Amino acid sequence: MKEEQSKEKVKKFGMVIDLDKCTGCGACMVACMAENNVPFKEDESKKLDSITWLRVYKLTNGKPFPDADICYLPRPCQHCGGKGDHGHSPCVSVCPATATDYNKETGIVSQIYTRCFGCRYCMAACPYHARYFNWWDPVWPDGMEKYLSPNVSVRMRGVVEKCSFCFHRYQLAMDKAYYEGRREIEENEYQTACTQSCPANAITFGDLNNSGHAVYELKKDKNAFRLLERLQTNPKVYYLSSREWVRRAGDNYLKDEKK
Amino acid sequence: MKIDRRCFLSLGIGGAAGLALSPIPWKLADDSAIWSQMWPWTPVPADGEVTYVKSACTLCPGGCGISVRKIDNRAVKIEGMEGHPVNDGGLCLLGLSGLQLLYGPTRVKTPLKRAGERGEGKWVKITWEEAISEVAKKLGDIKEKGETNSVACISGSDKGTVPALFKRFLSVFGSPNFMRMPSIQDSYEIANNISLGFIAQTGFDLEHAGFILSFGTGLIEGWGSPVRMIRANSSWRKAGIKVVQVEPRLSNSAAKSDKWIPVNPGTEYALALGLAHVIIRKSLYRNDFIHAGASGFIRFRDLVLSNYSPDSVEKITGIKKETIEALAVDFARSERPVAICGRGQGKSQGSLGELMAVQALNVLVGNINKEGGVFAVHDPAYIAWPAYQSDAVGAAGIKKERIDGAGSGKYGFAKSLTNRFAGAVNSGSPVSLLFVLESNPVYSLPDTKDVKDAFKKIPFIVSFSSFMDETALNSDIILPNHVYLERYEDVPATAGLSKPVVSLARPVVSPQFNTKHAGDVILLIAKEVGSPVADAFPWNDYQECLEGTAGDKWKILNKEGFSSDPVFTAQVVNTSPGRFDLSGGIDDLSTLFTPVNSEEDSKAYPLFLLPYDSFRIANGYIGTPPFVIKTVEDTVLKGKDILVEINPATARANGLSAGSYATLKTPKGSARVKVHLFEGIMPGLVAMPRGLGHTAYDNYLAGKGINVNELIGTVEDPASGLDAAWGIRANLIKA
Repeated sequence: MKEEQSKEKVKKFGMVIDLDKCTGCGACMVACMAENNVPFKEDESKKLDSITWLRVYKLTNGKPFPDADICYLPRPCQHCGGKGDHGHSPCVSVCPATATDYNKETGIVSQIYTRCFGCRYCMAACPYHARYFNWWDPVWPDGMEKYLSPNVSVRMRGVVEKCSFCFHRYQLAMDKAYYEGRREIEENEYQTACTQSCPANAITFGDLNNSGHAVYELKKDKNAFRLLERLQTNPKVYYLSSREWVRRAGDNYLKDEKK
Repeated sequence: MKIDRRCFLSLGIGGAAGLALSPIPWKLADDSAIWSQMWPWTPVPADGEVTYVKSACTLCPGGCGISVRKIDNRAVKIEGMEGHPVNDGGLCLLGLSGLQLLYGPTRVKTPLKRAGERGEGKWVKITWEEAISEVAKKLGDIKEKGETNSVACISGSDKGTVPALFKRFLSVFGSPNFMRMPSIQDSYEIANNISLGFIAQTGFDLEHAGFILSFGTGLIEGWGSPVRMIRANSSWRKAGIKVVQVEPRLSNSAAKSDKWIPVNPGTEYALALGLAHVIIRKSLYRNDFIHAGASGFIRFRDLVLSNYSPDSVEKITGIKKETIEALAVDFARSERPVAICGRGQGKSQGSLGELMAVQALNVLVGNINKEGGVFAVHDPAYIAWPAYQSDAVGAAGIKKERIDGAGSGKYGFAKSLTNRFAGAVNSGSPVSLLFVLESNPVYSLPDTKDVKDAFKKIPFIVSFSSFMDETALNSDIILPNHVYLERYEDVPATAGLSKPVVSLARPVVSPQFNTKHAGDVILLIAKEVGSPVADAFPWNDYQECLEGTAGDKWKILNKEGFSSDPVFTAQVVNTSPGRFDLSGGIDDLSTLFTPVNSEEDSKAYPLFLLPYDSFRIANGYIGTPPFVIKTVEDTVLKGKDILVEINPATARANGLSAGSYATLKTPKGSARVKVHLFEGIMPGLVAMPRGLGHTAYDNYLAGKGINVNELIGTVEDPASGLDAAWGIRANLIKA
């Protein structure tokens, strides 16, 4: 009984991204950069070192003209729960500094910059390329550091960073709730910056365990899939697409392999 | 003690082993890791009180509402305004990066006067008093010579009080030459003028449409009011509304549509006429908005029935006749079908024939002035200022012909034809003074060389730009405007909306530099110029003018941040919808419906260069901010190299492969480009994005890629004077 009660309280924040609605406009990427003090350099065309917590990939179906098709796929950190959702995410399992951890109350994979010493094991372990290393100190042109937000610490050279599902927004919402004498927050009180900005309303964010939240039903859609599901990383980001080739692109199927 | 070799080695090895066993190296490694992460110049943003300011975005004509988060007196994040009728919480990537413009290094920080040659970038700082009296003196000299009509203004928009003040200034002073940057707006105005008899915008109730037929329109790539369009697209997905995209390239809009129909570029008009042919032949049209017996319709009908059968349209467009037949029936039998045109973001005008042909489809199916249909929308009518008195010189000046010819002679139906400006100046029309307001014509107008030549002929150019853009760099004096986050201004959103909204931009932060509101500056110049110009501006400052203009609606505008009040929104022509003259009153319709031909040699230039619009590259007045340029894919921009899209078949024919360098040649110029192979583009075409290749701005933008305007020219549409060019002949040679 006691265990059941505590189980009910456990939240599992996740996202459902509707790729039929996503237009690839890139608003989510910029909303994320602006919210999280993400730095930028003069040349950002080397995508391997271009820090984008949320990156929108362009998928192509590989068919010749005029049967070619494209689809955009936004990729935040997948906040993997690992097999059985015990928090054995690929990155958490390898971090020697406990700089990245699985929060059992929210299901969010954290990144603690002051603990990270830049070994980058987590980057090697992450199958989604969701982690980025600060090869340089961040530099803002004179005057531009004025827009930096105090809610997210500015990272220094030598540490790894990634999407946090805007965890500071969860903290602020919880603080407010506690202050008002509540123990829980409403669905709309905690939304990530990308969800909020998306002009297409393609991103839905909420508690995957809470039947009152929109994501609870959406993730059960027949067109729902997750990335590289066969690795059993158990990601908390679901995608919806009515196009079969897009759903297949979500996993590394061989050409002649049946799903 | 004598140290022999044996002793030396054992001491060395022993020492090393001892050190390795001690905590010293590990401590040092740990310390250096911590030390290397503790640079004092990594900023620690100060905490403070959080507030939100409701305002409006002015970075494009979309007119979104924004809510800006502040920490004490710093703006830290721009978000979309919840409940705003245009964007309801969503915001595009350019709007989200507004703070990089506000606090960015490309701001003009104080009034500047040119010291060296034009474009050299040598400036002296001057005071506002000096700047204003200098401009007023030039204007006085021009007036003395009686050449008031040689003063011109190029503005990014002609909506709202600030452009209206500039227009009024020119009118009282004695010049008809208020121009706005070219866009599909010009074309819709002319089309409505010739087919309905009055100048109006075309608005689309796309949220309630039942079938969308888009002729190359970047529905989700920045056409009209961009966030509103993406929201409409989501509602179509949800409701299962069919979208058909006709376009030679698989744009994002084409990829998102239900059916993509590749068409030979520039022949979209023929497809529209072919569809009209099927609709008329099968009697699927309605009489609601056409005079079925009138000569205009009869001539239109006869033309499409005899010349545009699906068979002949297949030859022109490359689209199978079965597809044309099926599409026409599908369109005409749908509930609330809407046909829409304006290539990409609608920043080019296109030929009048194309627009008339597409608009004819809306008229034929009778989806006009009703929910889910197409509306003729007048400009918002809230700006009603008292009449002014000009003197004899001014009255004579305003009656003279415009530099771009709009409104007289064969361009009689046009309001503004800024596409003709550079050509007219180069062929001798005198411009002695040019105001440039919220626009960057030197960069954004096609045929850059022609535009630069024209600018060289203008003796005095006054830029009101907040940023050191290409036009500001080529001006003689810069009177920097506040950016939108530092000023009050009415922001009418009219782009493609059937029910326009007026929002209010409000100062989120106090002015960061020694800048002044362009509205205030034009009032000060008017005062300095003296009577009768000064008398036409009875306001002490812009704020008084704005509040007075809004009248009793000011309170609600200031409180809510926006208003859909009928006073602000345009009067939709619903009482008497009017009957469309499908011939546009043109006697010989074959002059209207002609393909735009590139006359250049097809042997020297076997390919076509097709500029395209991308949501992730700003290509208007605003230069792409660092956050936005970061989102550009490495298949578009790599280092400083621009990548052009070609079909693998085109690559094979030209001996090119993925990633190889090539020289792109057009009759207007040549550029070194890299090749990106893309199966989504028709063979024979080379696609290049608009918005790169800036020479001004900072290192995050300048010098990256090529400005496509340097490679393309204008092609004047004989029926209207519009720029009908959709591309240019080109060749791609392995470098």
